[in-house]
Amino acid sequence: MTTIERPAYKVIGSRPVRPDGVEKVTGKAQYAADPRPQGVVFGKILRSPHAHARIVSIDTSEAERHPGVLGIVTAADFPQAEDKVQDLGEGAVNLRELSDNILASEKVLYRGHAIAAVAAASPHEAEAAAQKIRVEYEVLTPVTNVLDAMREDAPLLNETRHTKMMGGQHSERPSNIAAYNQFKAGDADAGLAESDLVVEREFTTSMVHQGYIEPQSSTASWNADGTITIWTSTQGAFVVRAQVAEVLRIPVARIKVIPMEIGGGFGGKIPIYLDPVAALLSKKSGRPVKLSMNRTEVFEGTGPTSGTVISVKAGAKDGKLHAVQATLRYEAGAYPGSPVGAGAMTMLAPYDLEHVEIHTFDVVVNKPKTSAYRAPGSPAAAFAMESVVDELARTLKIDPLQFRLNSASKEGTKQVTGVPFARIGNEEVLNTAMTHPHYTAPIEGPYRGRGVASGYWFNGGMQSSVVVAVNPDGTVNLVEGSTDIGGTRASLAMQLAETLSIPYDAIRPIVADTDSIGHNDVTGGSRTTVASGMAVYQAGQDVIREMSSRAARLWSVTPEDVSYEDGVFHCLKDSTKELTFKELAAQGARTGGPIAGRASLVARGAGGAFGTHIVDVEVDPGTGKTTILRYTAVQDVGTAIHPSYVEGQIQGGVVQGIGWALNEEFVYDENGRMLNSSFLDYRMPTALDVPLIDAVIVEVPNPGHPYGVRGVGEVPIVPPLAAIANAVADATGHRFTQLPLSPRRLIEELDGGD
Amino acid sequence: MSKHHVITRINGEQVEFLTDPGTSLLSALRDQLGLTGSKEGCNNGNCGACNVVLNGELVNSCCVLAVEINGAELTTIEGVADGDNLHPLQQSFINDAALQCGICTPGFIVAAKALLEREPDADEARIRHWLAGNLCRCTGYDKIVQAVLDAAPEMRAAARA
Ligand code: FES
Ligand code: FES
Repeated sequence: MTTIERPAYKVIGSRPVRPDGVEKVTGKAQYAADPRPQGVVFGKILRSPHAHARIVSIDTSEAERHPGVLGIVTAADFPQAEDKVQDLGEGAVNLRELSDNILASEKVLYRGHAIAAVAAASPHEAEAAAQKIRVEYEVLTPVTNVLDAMREDAPLLNETRHTKMMGGQHSERPSNIAAYNQFKAGDADAGLAESDLVVEREFTTSMVHQGYIEPQSSTASWNADGTITIWTSTQGAFVVRAQVAEVLRIPVARIKVIPMEIGGGFGGKIPIYLDPVAALLSKKSGRPVKLSMNRTEVFEGTGPTSGTVISVKAGAKDGKLHAVQATLRYEAGAYPGSPVGAGAMTMLAPYDLEHVEIHTFDVVVNKPKTSAYRAPGSPAAAFAMESVVDELARTLKIDPLQFRLNSASKEGTKQVTGVPFARIGNEEVLNTAMTHPHYTAPIEGPYRGRGVASGYWFNGGMQSSVVVAVNPDGTVNLVEGSTDIGGTRASLAMQLAETLSIPYDAIRPIVADTDSIGHNDVTGGSRTTVASGMAVYQAGQDVIREMSSRAARLWSVTPEDVSYEDGVFHCLKDSTKELTFKELAAQGARTGGPIAGRASLVARGAGGAFGTHIVDVEVDPGTGKTTILRYTAVQDVGTAIHPSYVEGQIQGGVVQGIGWALNEEFVYDENGRMLNSSFLDYRMPTALDVPLIDAVIVEVPNPGHPYGVRGVGEVPIVPPLAAIANAVADATGHRFTQLPLSPRRLIEELDGGD
Repeated sequence: MSKHHVITRINGEQVEFLTDPGTSLLSALRDQLGLTGSKEGCNNGNCGACNVVLNGELVNSCCVLAVEINGAELTTIEGVADGDNLHPLQQSFINDAALQCGICTPGFIVAAKALLEREPDADEARIRHWLAGNLCRCTGYDKIVQAVLDAAPEMRAAARA
């Protein structure tokens, strides 16, 4: 661990066990599909077999007569949604499109698009009845590839959509290009012309899925008093509540979302799919309704991340990156909203260069509407940029990490948006990587190679709200509203323990339902440990202020005459008077009632973070298989609250990146049908496919956070795609520009030459 | 459809229930018997989240029919701890931070226990091989493999005692 400058913490940096551990290792923890309210019945969704079709008619009469059927819902049951955009934290949605994505009204835009839903006494009856719904389609030609969709003669997903350009103008012709944008600094043409070396390449990545192991499931009860209770697993219970309220046009306060434990999300469990449908089925059937997806529905009917085509032309001058021109084309899926903007804003973050010109296209295609996936938009852009940087460095015979150091961004460097960086740890990360034993070890043998790449993610701030209640025995309840997706109960309780100078074990963190705590934005954007951590810090300060005034009352002095240090309140006027946190906690009733602190905030100053990865591979030229021999991920995390969970985030992100680089892709036939919608055919890495991932923590504290925390979870998925492609280039002498680097692609390209 | 009568032992207790011939063991455990610790990730044998031990063999309960367990002996994640005493694997998973979201954890623990009970000296390569039927999307497997290695000595000691 490389630590730059850090105060002596007592709890932060230690590795206590998580509060929800026992429940989770014994199988008692309740996840989305687990709750079974009294009288629950089961729903099933009917989905489109076509990738692109107009819905002529839907006839539910036969299904309604099917034995056991208790209710059927179609888009006609939704109130007309407003044509307005709502921010959901990681990504914004147009509410009409959200509603149409949940149940299609006029057109189906991808295979798997939901059309209707049935509730019945058993899952089997619901499924059988759903098959009896008659839908008449006018089948249209699908377009499933970003370049095809951009052509002027492409079939249009929406005949009334015009390209939204910069400055709010729209294109004259309707188009599948939903939005065009550009970023400019300096003069890229001139910069390229004066470069010593220019490399130009085009890169392609496939649509990939978050691959969370828990399929979506929602149970809803439309209660007799008109309130709705929803049990679901989500990255943001409040965002579910807000979306359901908008789609069903009912007041937010009438909806209660009970967040169940969540079996992975990675961005994919921010949008809603099932919740309002389950609620309407419950209204019709008079029973609580459970609606669950199977794995095929997850692949075909939820939001993966974009396939992309990215062109990069980059020039180096005096051993540094000098000028870049890039065009990013991202598939948005069925409705606009790909993360292409984030791709543009992150791809050059590791560099300080003068001349930049980036064009971005957000393009609709007949595939599922994309949603966030870990550092959305950044991995594909980094794959392109970091491959070109590697080629520049190698051609110039400069060590690729040295080349990055020569060009490294630092505090004050202007980003492509024009905003300068605050204190960042890019150089510290690069230096740590350069001197790491992995990088200095030789790599030998035929078809073996080493690659490196860097990556950046902004990290989110947004809204958090917490309440801290001090109990008379000195224990503390920490009530928060952020989904705990991988250990944030622990990381927040640790920050509170640090703030209050009390033992970690004295704190009981609770993730509350939406009736029981103020609004919290999603767990996404690597924001929870950062932003809810800030809220926890402020609420802790609030508790100390309150308790100081209680002590002052007991000692008949003013609160300014009370100090708090190491868990003990001292009277500055009389050094014989002191009370421990626990002793004073017991005095609540005598000094003015229960002691509590709270904080609600919009977090600012969530600092961005960098990672640099080193990977060794071996390519088997006979089978085309790439084996990862060794992997080291260096990352600036600001301050590691719980180093084990920090390492775990990094290791998990890297392995998802390895899957993206080597195997994962949505495979479509010409009719827009996904051919590999199972875990057998959509091949995610297993324990056998990966080595130990060495996570190297660098700590350059974030000046915007009381404990210096930076978001951790997303950065590690950014570098692996390029790092592995660069290693394969080193091993084979061939530059691959298309992902995944599947055995078939390797053999074809190696045999065929370039 | 006529129901079938099943009598079986689950986690040491005799259990009787009626089931349709087409119902999977996973569905019977979760929907009829209230044992929701076994998870559904894929329902077709490719993720291991539903792992249980049936007559001493590790199986994916989504790929077994409920009627097949008539007369059998079954252990699920709910039967791994001894009352309030966690199994060494459960303890090491917690200590080593081997779970993030935790949805895969019951399957990994049931699978790892089945391995260490027959091969108490399994090394890292063997553990990775054995656990290749269990998918985890959060951890990158590193800490899971470590937790299994860390639990092994205690299990060996318990086996000798
Ligand atoms: S649910 Fe049984 S193997 Fe995935
Ligand atoms: S801990 Fe989330 S899938 Fe393994």
